[in-house]
Amino acid sequence: MTIKQVSVFLENKTGRINEVTKTLSQHGINMQAFSMAETPDFGILRLIVSDVDKAVEILRSADFAVMLTDVILLHCPNKAGALGEILEQLAVADVAIEYMYAFAEGDMANIVVRPTDIARCEQALVGLEA
Amino acid sequence: MIWNPNKECMSRDEMHALQSKRLQKLVTYVYHNVPFYRNKMQAMDISPDDIRSIDDIVKLPFTTKQDLRDNYPYGLQAAPASEIVRVHASSGTTGNPTIVGYTRKDLSVWSEVMARCLTAFGVTREDTFSVAYGYGLFTGGLGAHYGVENLGATVIPTSTGNTEKHIRLIRDLKISGIACTPSYALYLAETLEKMGLSKEDIGLRIGAFGAEPWTENMRKEIEERLGLKGFNIYGLSEIMGPGVSYECQEQNGSHINEDHFYPEIINPDTLEQLPRGTQGELVFTTLTKEGMPLLRYRTKDLCTLMEGECACGRTSVRMGRIMGRSDDMLIIRGINVFPSQVESVILEMPEFEPQYMLVVDRAGNLDTLQVQVEVRRDFFSDDIGSMLAMKKRLADKLKSVLSISADVKLMEPGSIERSQGKGKHVIDNRKLK
Repeated sequence: MTIKQVSVFLENKTGRINEVTKTLSQHGINMQAFSMAETPDFGILRLIVSDVDKAVEILRSADFAVMLTDVILLHCPNKAGALGEILEQLAVADVAIEYMYAFAEGDMANIVVRPTDIARCEQALVGLEA
Repeated sequence: MIWNPNKECMSRDEMHALQSKRLQKLVTYVYHNVPFYRNKMQAMDISPDDIRSIDDIVKLPFTTKQDLRDNYPYGLQAAPASEIVRVHASSGTTGNPTIVGYTRKDLSVWSEVMARCLTAFGVTREDTFSVAYGYGLFTGGLGAHYGVENLGATVIPTSTGNTEKHIRLIRDLKISGIACTPSYALYLAETLEKMGLSKEDIGLRIGAFGAEPWTENMRKEIEERLGLKGFNIYGLSEIMGPGVSYECQEQNGSHINEDHFYPEIINPDTLEQLPRGTQGELVFTTLTKEGMPLLRYRTKDLCTLMEGECACGRTSVRMGRIMGRSDDMLIIRGINVFPSQVESVILEMPEFEPQYMLVVDRAGNLDTLQVQVEVRRDFFSDDIGSMLAMKKRLADKLKSVLSISADVKLMEPGSIERSQGKGKHVIDNRKLK
């Protein structure tokens, strides 16, 4: 399933991530997934949230640099080899991945994939997403 | 329009004669009233009689900022206290502040030269003009204020502070001109955009910008975002305050009010006077000042002087853009670096906000330069690769302009402190060690 991910540009500074999460929580926005890409001076915080439009509006009005990115959200069983199957399928279909992050809760795992080519990735995953 | 064609368009010969007469009078005046100058002149074995024309100015001693500090507070004042009607003071971040007393005549000369500047910018009696320099000890606010009143336009003494209120006044009172620092003009533009307004919602036509060095790119940026034409106004509190020189509509250098402030360019190392067109340190002599007249005051500003009649009709000597105050010049790994060079590069790149900070430090025996710059919201990308490429583009350009490499640090928009007065662009941590 293609969804919108919220990306936030952040200075690499103590407490800065906290300011983002605090801003969101004050407005009742829940985060479902969260990843941080970092360089020595700046980072990009990537979020999957309950209400994308509201999150963007709130963060922008709090002066954060925010943008939306299309990503693919997948679910798979939380067991050995399950992720491997998916990646295998993407490799066979020649889908390049810019980045991904995953987390497991209970019996299921959630995977966020940012492919270079969204359409191609969706095509390759037909049948898996049930 | 020209405020005072008699003086601004005087023939060179007449100007030479006027300056010569005024210099002779000035030297006699300071010799008899300021022990500091009398002692210096006696030590150099010169007397007022040795000054027969303005060309003899090279015989006279220089005055430095340090001299002003050493003679704090009133040591260089020539007029008796009863004649002083106002005092201004410099910020004094690095020692005693500089105290400058003005007589009633000094204030009248000041509002005269300010009216010349404003008229050259195109301000008329019909204009409503906001003075957004700080009012107080700083010369910017009151100096510009009395100039606008003298000219006959309506002055709005906004000073600095509540920027949103200022913007509402600009809109509601149909303010057409503004005087402020270039840094503040940018902040004004930023606040305007933040309020959901644009330059079409306000009717600013003329900006008188000064009190800090700024670049041509900065001018373009401000003009584009505020919808006005920006003019350079130059001055320094030791000499008078704003109004020492000003751009005309030609914007080919700034005309110096040289019937009051005589300019020279010197080699800052040998102190030799340099010919017109050569870059060096700008030096001023206050030809008509009564309160605290100065002989050959070294401004530490680096620029060139140009002669020749301007297309606007004025005949006065013009000064080129200030390359930088020699105080602002950083020496990093033996290379001279001016913040204005960095500014010029950053303002050419749409990816960045026109805000920056140079952080200089020393790691081991090596100087390091970090350039902090804000990424514009529209240029932020989720792709680390393209963010790093943006960073490299700036680093490469800086390297080619500065001849030394700088570490670029990408910052969030709005994170570098905004200035309502003079912009702060350098943090030099080397001095603290």
